[in-house]
Amino acid sequence: MIYEGKQRIWSEYQKDIPDDSWYYVRSCIRQNFFPASERMFTEITRNVLGKDIYETPHHTTCGGIAYHCDTIPQETAMTIVARQFALMTEAGYENYCPSCITSFGNYAEILETWREFPELEAKIRDNLWKACRREFEKPRYLAHSSDLIYHWRNEIAAKAIYKLVNAATGEPLRIVEHIGCHYAKMFPSKAVGGAEYPYVLAGMIESWGGQVVDYPERRHCCGYGFRQYHVKANRSYSLSNTHKKFESMEPFHPDAIITNCPGCPYFLDRWQYVIAEQTGKTYGENGFGIPVLTYEELAGLVLGYDPWDLGLQLHQVAVEPLLDKMGVEYDPAAKYLGLNREDILRPELPSSLKCF
Amino acid sequence: MTDFGFTLSRSSTLDLQKVDEGRFEQLCRLEKGAAVCIGCGSCSATCPAGSLSGMSVRKILLAVRRGQDIHRMLQCCMLCGKCTMVCPRGINTRHLILSICSIYD
Repeated sequence: MIYEGKQRIWSEYQKDIPDDSWYYVRSCIRQNFFPASERMFTEITRNVLGKDIYETPHHTTCGGIAYHCDTIPQETAMTIVARQFALMTEAGYENYCPSCITSFGNYAEILETWREFPELEAKIRDNLWKACRREFEKPRYLAHSSDLIYHWRNEIAAKAIYKLVNAATGEPLRIVEHIGCHYAKMFPSKAVGGAEYPYVLAGMIESWGGQVVDYPERRHCCGYGFRQYHVKANRSYSLSNTHKKFESMEPFHPDAIITNCPGCPYFLDRWQYVIAEQTGKTYGENGFGIPVLTYEELAGLVLGYDPWDLGLQLHQVAVEPLLDKMGVEYDPAAKYLGLNREDILRPELPSSLKCF
Repeated sequence: MTDFGFTLSRSSTLDLQKVDEGRFEQLCRLEKGAAVCIGCGSCSATCPAGSLSGMSVRKILLAVRRGQDIHRMLQCCMLCGKCTMVCPRGINTRHLILSICSIYD
């Protein structure tokens, strides 16, 4: 690829990201999939970078997952979102930061719809008032939490203990970045770098010393979709999408994959196990898979947090090959020790995919 | 193999870098018209065998470009020449079929 040319294209799609004071809302499913990611986001932004990140236990789902599964109408999702905005307004914030990519797409879609159809916004305000006597201001800025980590990537790099560099050879690690579809494909102008060349994760990789892998199916969906996976009859399609991506990235020998969506890391991680069980094929070195991390987990790693505090033992694909390449110190015996060093039991090992 | 209740679907991806273009190049040497086809499908629309057998000159030419097997479709052509009469590019499609047969023999 002509790298300089792509960088010029990316530079045309930028968005304003205020440096501080964000109202943060969590994802419905991320805390189940990779539970330390959101905890690490607040830990890094508040305690390492000293930013004002506010969250409240009163927030709910944004309704995006039900809306995209066709189980609720958009007006219901809009009223749920209006309540979220009311909570933000009551807390005194005007910058809104969702942790979920589908939430981000949902908020962007609703704000654009209200801009186009003000009468619908008025109706939703009325719905919200009737439902819970709340009023709201629309957020001044909307940014996904990966936008914020991207915005502060150089501050993180300045405090980094490890780099995305092979500690033995000094070569940059080859990292695949996978962007959630609802981040940039719905509203390219809301994304850092647009839909064709979203730079949000590529920027983190470069700042932290790694090398971005460009491969043919780079912008392909991970395969999750909502109706693709949740309907069991469609799961072959979901799995085949992921398989297509792995077949495409395999010749480039990536050391790791990072993602900014709740579903993508889960399926890129778990489907490697399913593909290995069904075909015997693995995509990493020596029978291992390619480790798949969220951007918060990767940020935590470069900042020197313990891999087991980052929840990396909950990944299906073993992360130890990546930790060894980066030179990260870890205790293999502590992998399955939970809080207060309580034994959380070892999972059964797959038959084909090599794991610890 | 573990049974998950679902399996990988066969990929329909066509890797054009791996396509054997030898036969299409051979055809172009025999039949200049092969290279000027715009794939409009007029030939297929007028083909009397098309609706019964799946015969399509447009699909045959595309398959030759992709190096795919076309024997079954070729067997369905009755060489009536209606496709030649409607081709907006003036390609002698009847003769094209005969040339393709000579390459695939």
